Amino acid sequence: MDTRKEKFPHGIPGHNLTEIEREIPIEEPPVWPVNDELKVIGKRVTRIDALEKVTGKAKYTSDIKLPGMLYAKMLRSNVPHAVITSIDISKAESLPGVHAIHLIENVRKEGEENNNGKYPMVKYAGQPLGGVAAESLEIAKDAISLIKVNYEEKPFVIDIEAAMELNAPIVFDEPITQQEDGGDVGETHDGSKGEGNVRGPSTSSFFGGPRGDLEEGFKEADVIVERTYRTQVHTHMPLETHGVVVDWNPDHMMVYASTQNTNAVRNEMASIFNLPKSKVRVFCDFMGGGFGAKHSAGSFGPMAANLAKKTGRPVWLMLDRQEEHIAEGNRPNSIQSLKIGARKDGTLTAIQQRSHGTAGVNLGAGVGRIAQILYPCPNFATEQYDVLTNAGPGAAWRAPGNVQGAFGLEQAIDELAEKLEIDPLKYRDLIDKSEVRKVERQRGAKLFDWSRRQAAGSGKGVVKKGLGVGQSTWPRFVTLDSSVEVKIHNDGGVEIRSSVQDIGTGTKTILAQVVAEELGLPVAAITVNIGDTFFPVGPGSGGSVVTGSITPPARNATYEAKKALLKLVAKKWETDSSELFIEDGQVGSKKDAGLKMPFKEATKLMRTSQISKIASRSNDYGGFQQPWGLAYGDLGSVQFAEVSVNTDTGFVRVDKIVAAHSCGRPLNLGQLESQINGGVIQGVSYALYENRVMDNGTGHMMNANVDQYKVPFSMEIPEIETLIVEEYGARSSTDAYGIGEPANIATAAAIANAVYNAIGVRIYEIPITPSSILKALNKVS
Amino acid sequence: MEDKNQGSASKPTKGITRRSFIRGAGLSTAGSVLLTSNALAFDYKEQATVGKEFGPDAITIKMKVNGIVKSLSVEPRTTLASALRDHLELTGTKVVCDRGSCSACTVYVDGKPVNSCMMSAFDVGEKEVTTIEGIAKNGELHPVQQAFIEHDASQCGYCTPGMVMSCVHLVENNANPDLEDVKNATRGNLCRCGTYPHVFKATLAASKKTI
Repeated sequence: MDTRKEKFPHGIPGHNLTEIEREIPIEEPPVWPVNDELKVIGKRVTRIDALEKVTGKAKYTSDIKLPGMLYAKMLRSNVPHAVITSIDISKAESLPGVHAIHLIENVRKEGEENNNGKYPMVKYAGQPLGGVAAESLEIAKDAISLIKVNYEEKPFVIDIEAAMELNAPIVFDEPITQQEDGGDVGETHDGSKGEGNVRGPSTSSFFGGPRGDLEEGFKEADVIVERTYRTQVHTHMPLETHGVVVDWNPDHMMVYASTQNTNAVRNEMASIFNLPKSKVRVFCDFMGGGFGAKHSAGSFGPMAANLAKKTGRPVWLMLDRQEEHIAEGNRPNSIQSLKIGARKDGTLTAIQQRSHGTAGVNLGAGVGRIAQILYPCPNFATEQYDVLTNAGPGAAWRAPGNVQGAFGLEQAIDELAEKLEIDPLKYRDLIDKSEVRKVERQRGAKLFDWSRRQAAGSGKGVVKKGLGVGQSTWPRFVTLDSSVEVKIHNDGGVEIRSSVQDIGTGTKTILAQVVAEELGLPVAAITVNIGDTFFPVGPGSGGSVVTGSITPPARNATYEAKKALLKLVAKKWETDSSELFIEDGQVGSKKDAGLKMPFKEATKLMRTSQISKIASRSNDYGGFQQPWGLAYGDLGSVQFAEVSVNTDTGFVRVDKIVAAHSCGRPLNLGQLESQINGGVIQGVSYALYENRVMDNGTGHMMNANVDQYKVPFSMEIPEIETLIVEEYGARSSTDAYGIGEPANIATAAAIANAVYNAIGVRIYEIPITPSSILKALNKVS
Repeated sequence: MEDKNQGSASKPTKGITRRSFIRGAGLSTAGSVLLTSNALAFDYKEQATVGKEFGPDAITIKMKVNGIVKSLSVEPRTTLASALRDHLELTGTKVVCDRGSCSACTVYVDGKPVNSCMMSAFDVGEKEVTTIEGIAKNGELHPVQQAFIEHDASQCGYCTPGMVMSCVHLVENNANPDLEDVKNATRGNLCRCGTYPHVFKATLAASKKTI
């Protein structure tokens, strides 16, 4: 057989840690003990590329300057719905310094009738229509302003509820399919079903479809909570905008991209330009944030390539802040009705969910599956509808769907607890079967001092304090198509190569840690070369898949390379390589403590200048729920919020968040804290501040900038305490998972519950603004 | 008016001219939001300015950046940020909002933090510019930079140069800052990854080492 059995740590240290036997592929490395017994894994290792970041030397896509490079700017529609009758580029063409203009045209398929006209129809204000390449960005901008687009304008609809009306202007009169980087993970959004602008519903996902009998379930219920929750559209606003630099060499197309998915961009560009994948090289060393919106080449990628083709010169095309807000993704809004029933003893009997949301001209406005899976309940059904509007397309945004869904579900659970006269935290103990969330509730409540919590609205004075809790779950996604190459060079150098990119979470550093741990070397001895599609394929940075997908291949490849090196040492020492190990930079022997050889000296024994091993990863030890990469288990989190609400001004301040999280085996505590802080702060922002404001009369976004698009700055940052629970699942050679999504899901719900606890009136809509507080308190109408 | 110190900046007392408004908008976010939202409420006074006319074509100017006098050919519309990034290839300075709201482009002009996206390259004149590339001296990191590394005060890193500039300025001018001082010093710096808690920690730690 090609497997062997090993005993793995299993469970939560300090709670239920035990051992479990797993059958694992014979070529994969031996089990790692818990983090306490490891040298660099689970420690506060400093980010290996921090030096470049703090000195300004890190080169992002927007910083790239190539010889002969031209600067490009996109032409965009300034009306939300129209047929383009003509585009006059004559003035722009004759502007000195302009090198090429490319207009996006409808492609006439052979033998097909095409009544769509020369140019694609405009469906939202800001839709890309073309681009200009010029000697400077200023000239490109001037040229854009000289292009005259003639529109035959059509009626349009921006507001979700207006779009749901039967007589609303129709956004698309044909079936549509979801865009490459849009919407929910694992959810089927059918754009062909439905009436008018309302498409769907989506009723099933990889968690299955409806279960049980709702009617029976509600009959059994002693208490029922039925509410409608509303969430806003918010945009990603990564500091570095979307963009590329395309250098179309004679033998291959070189694409420098600010992307969270080099592999997907490579595939899209190859497909669009009919090139073999081997002739497109996508490269991303540093990238300035993505949060879900940067999985695709978009329209800017092909535009830059077309302009490069026309001019024969490299083309720089980065979007500006306004373009980023209006055209490059947002989290869809939601109007969710939730009805939950429970018996007197708290047992859930039925959950019914119905949601509408708009991802503008895209699909993917679901509210996720958190209501289906967070708490066991025998009777469940959901209907999730997409409403099409003439607005910029939505895109995956950190825990798509689930952030919206958690805001509704976790408030409904709180309300249910109150009706049942149980403390909301105790109620979750009762209905939540997750072991890790149980530990998070216990440890979190202690750190937060939950016992301080008073009855809702009972505080005296103008400023009232409130405490709340929210929970979340996120699936353990794994991309099995993930590989790493590890090279040991004969000068003692060690190098990692993969196309996986570092979105800013510290992927480079955890890869170096894994390799360093396996080779018994310091982290600084490892060179990490990633973000290049000429290297073995890595996963996209989305769905919190990266750590679980790419660290096992890194360890597996290192283990193979180490075995090859130790064989050479064994030959020299005339012993068996299985007796040898590497520790603290020295090769040693279990049999003879006197035998020592520095790692660097060992590499001199190599006959070739390098040992190179490429490995991927097996299925999770213990199997898979879905063959394409959904592993057993979830990433459970519990967050506690403390707020102050000024009942005179309506001003809400988040004072403190305690965020208790698990991600399997934690790899780097400092980076995990950073990522959790970020998820929490984005959650605070979602709960209280940010909101895409559209002008329903013109279809334009009103706050497509940084000063009017409200997000928290330093003065709004609460005290954040993170609590990371080690949870061993014995699933892979690293047993580690990501934290990106989980960190962001529960915050808004925890804050909303805390606001209720402060003022005694529930707010069902975010962002919770001073105005919504004063309305809730009946202080303004 | 380019002084980025909060407080004095957000209290324009002598009315506001278009020129000083544009310069004022080069202040930190807190300041610029105040100014953009209240600008129309101020007593508006246009002042005639006397001086040499330039443009629209590029001319060659000299600029002292990180201690070295450099020669560059720029148009009158070129911002200091663009001059640094596109003409002098000092790309550590980042342009994020391009309207003085996020402080990613913070550099020092004669030692004072300014938003370089809001300043004309021509207006630098004889003044000395310091960018993120000029903060480490002779290959030795500033204690703030060192602390940023130790406390993991960067994620994607795009806001980091601006953050470092704001925090170095604080530490150099306040011997014993507390948390509120650090928050005030970075109140105009946008970080979308949400790295603020580690920025605060790092800066407080660095301040202990510089004295």
